[in-house]
Amino acid sequence: MKQFWKSMLRSPSGVIGLVILLLAVSVALFGPMLFPNSPWRMVQRPFLPPFTLSTVPLGTDALGRDVFAGMIFGARVSLLVGLVSTLVALVVGIPIGAMAGYFGGKVDDALMRFTEFFQTIPSFALAIVLVAILQPSIYSIVASIAVVSWPPVARLVRGEVLSLRTREYVQAAVVTGQSNTWIIMREILPNALSPVIVLASLMVATAILLESSLSFLGLGDPNLISWGYMVGAGRTVIRQAWWITVFPGVAILISVLGLNLIGEGLNDALNPRLSREGR
Amino acid sequence: MPKRVLLGLLLACGLAAPVLAQEPKTGGVINAVIQPEPPGLMLAMVQNGPTQMVSGNIFEGLLRYSPKLEPQPELAESWSVSEDAKTYTFKLRKGVTWHDGKPFTAADVLFSIEMLKQTHARARTNLAQVDKVEAPDDYTVVFTLKQPFGPFLGIFEVGSMPMVPKHLYEGTDWKTNPYNNAPVGTGPFMFKEWQKGSFIRLAKNPNYYEKGKPYLDEIYWQIIPDAAARSVAYETGKVDVLPGGSVENFDVPRLTKLKDTCVTGAGWEFFSPLAWLWLNNRQGPLADKRVRQAVMYAIDRDFAKDVIWNGLGKVATGPSASTIKYYTDDVKKYPYDPAKAKALLKEAGYKGEKIRLLPLAYGETWQRWGEAVKQNLMDVGINIETIATDVAGGNQKIGDWDYDIAFTYLYQYGDPALGVGRNYISSNIAKGQVFNNVEGYSNPEIDKLFADGAVATPDSKRKEIYEKAQKILVEDVPVAWMLELQFPTITRCKVKNLITTGIGVNDGFKDAWLDK
Repeated sequence: MKQFWKSMLRSPSGVIGLVILLLAVSVALFGPMLFPNSPWRMVQRPFLPPFTLSTVPLGTDALGRDVFAGMIFGARVSLLVGLVSTLVALVVGIPIGAMAGYFGGKVDDALMRFTEFFQTIPSFALAIVLVAILQPSIYSIVASIAVVSWPPVARLVRGEVLSLRTREYVQAAVVTGQSNTWIIMREILPNALSPVIVLASLMVATAILLESSLSFLGLGDPNLISWGYMVGAGRTVIRQAWWITVFPGVAILISVLGLNLIGEGLNDALNPRLSREGR
Repeated sequence: MPKRVLLGLLLACGLAAPVLAQEPKTGGVINAVIQPEPPGLMLAMVQNGPTQMVSGNIFEGLLRYSPKLEPQPELAESWSVSEDAKTYTFKLRKGVTWHDGKPFTAADVLFSIEMLKQTHARARTNLAQVDKVEAPDDYTVVFTLKQPFGPFLGIFEVGSMPMVPKHLYEGTDWKTNPYNNAPVGTGPFMFKEWQKGSFIRLAKNPNYYEKGKPYLDEIYWQIIPDAAARSVAYETGKVDVLPGGSVENFDVPRLTKLKDTCVTGAGWEFFSPLAWLWLNNRQGPLADKRVRQAVMYAIDRDFAKDVIWNGLGKVATGPSASTIKYYTDDVKKYPYDPAKAKALLKEAGYKGEKIRLLPLAYGETWQRWGEAVKQNLMDVGINIETIATDVAGGNQKIGDWDYDIAFTYLYQYGDPALGVGRNYISSNIAKGQVFNNVEGYSNPEIDKLFADGAVATPDSKRKEIYEKAQKILVEDVPVAWMLELQFPTITRCKVKNLITTGIGVNDGFKDAWLDK
């Protein structure tokens, strides 16, 4: 563990990513305490440009709502959706991939055809359809993002398990008569996790983008403000008021970038040999 | 001598110049936006907004209506009413032909009425008071009513009662008649072609009965699905006319500032769209009149008008738009007063029960409006949850009474008997349908007032009845009236005389001309 942090902190991208993530998380956690007012509240005259009033530093939108407050509250929704939907995708994808890789044969065939069924449908289109059918709400958005993002996890875990199950220590466990569940949980998965962790960090980024795209299209939860919603709502007035779209857009960019940097840092830290040889 | 004549001519021209400048010029092609693409153009069977806008220039009604909603001659050149107000005699214009050259006669009128009773829901209701229709000769039509019906002269507008060619429709299956796709009317423009998803082309009717009209050679109705692209199409000069509602309100100020651009809110008097919130009177906190009144006090309707609708429109005072007959503003007033709303809620014992709000999925303007109203209501302590939905889903929820508050706007058709009463009388409570009395308001006194008002004579008596009805309704707040909407029509200033009637662009191309 110590070794992990050491190499993580040695990689510059990892450090930058961590800083960004920490910042975003603290904004999401503590920001709303600083802004007790709802971000939907109309506080000033509409279309107030940024940096003109200290109370609304980033200006106001088409209804006179505080863009800065919207960004603070939006961080909460974006991060929450990103994390929860990734967790759900992992919970679905890891067991399916592990079973397919470990048991092989017909089980593998069946599970992988099922996975491919999801992979053949363009993921964003599927997410739109699911949200539209289920009615937009934070739950349906998390569910649909999870549904479209678990297949890569399953494929990755399957590949790792396939290569690990022929190792001597696994075969030794089989010989000693351990149960399949025990072997998968204790012997194989812990060793297969590092690429999954890297993938998960990138999945959070993708999930944030997916949520933003859905909200941009008007399929967000109408009771929660999110960055994608702000960009979508400001799009129609972008020629009069650039700031309504630009600031939340930058927020999406930075947080997705941060998560990607973390992924890179994790990759370096978890596969020290690979990264050192690569350079 | 010739010189003097020339001089005289020049002088005459010079003197007459100010008048001549307004003399219509013939020729030219106009590109207009139609949004959304109409589902069909056979006005007797399809009554969507865009259908009325295109086909109102192909078909004609017996009468046309001025912006003050006074009847004017169209296919009927004159009309008279009997002493007992039960017999209406229309003299038809002679020499009118359909676009295929066949003459238009009283037989077409009788046929159209029979057809519309089956295909046109509103025409059926409008004609409910008609006992019989007869044609003593080819150019006379006599309507006999069961009882006097005050708004009768208001039901002959082209969208409400378009005249259909008998010789092309009689004895055919109307739904599959090939002329549905290439409609034949008597109007100033003839249908030419429809490239689905691209444009609809109408051409001048060279045999139009009003000599010299129409002035334009062709109209192209351009179909552009994206709102931003429609604005750009105007800016780049691809289209010259943006009818009301075809661009987002947020774009209106920018577009109207462009050079050579004229904007008007006129041309909607006949429809007088009135926006309100359906309040479900049946269940929950909204069953209490005080809570409904609190909703009225809590919503900042001036803000909605100034910010969301860019100052267009008018804050509604009650169930009638101010352009509708017998409108009165001598009713209870509901200014923006959050403190009063809070007090009323407290008095009614509202304890923060969740109330669902259905916005209208008609684009950005309505989304923003839903957000603003939600915030207004939350500010006085009403616990609102917005339900996201599409147009069809929203209509279904409203029709099934599965809502608490829902946005809508409805046309009023000039007379309270035609467009107002239907939303408040208890006989119009019918589950599964939208646009009737979906709020479930039931008041025998109101039922009686609207029943009496429709058939009362003379006018002063109707006025008295409807004013009383408005007072009662505004006190009871069966629905929360928001704004009288105005949909601005944006045109290049060289397009003249487009909006001259109470239905504006819908039948306006008859008089429109292009100042080149």
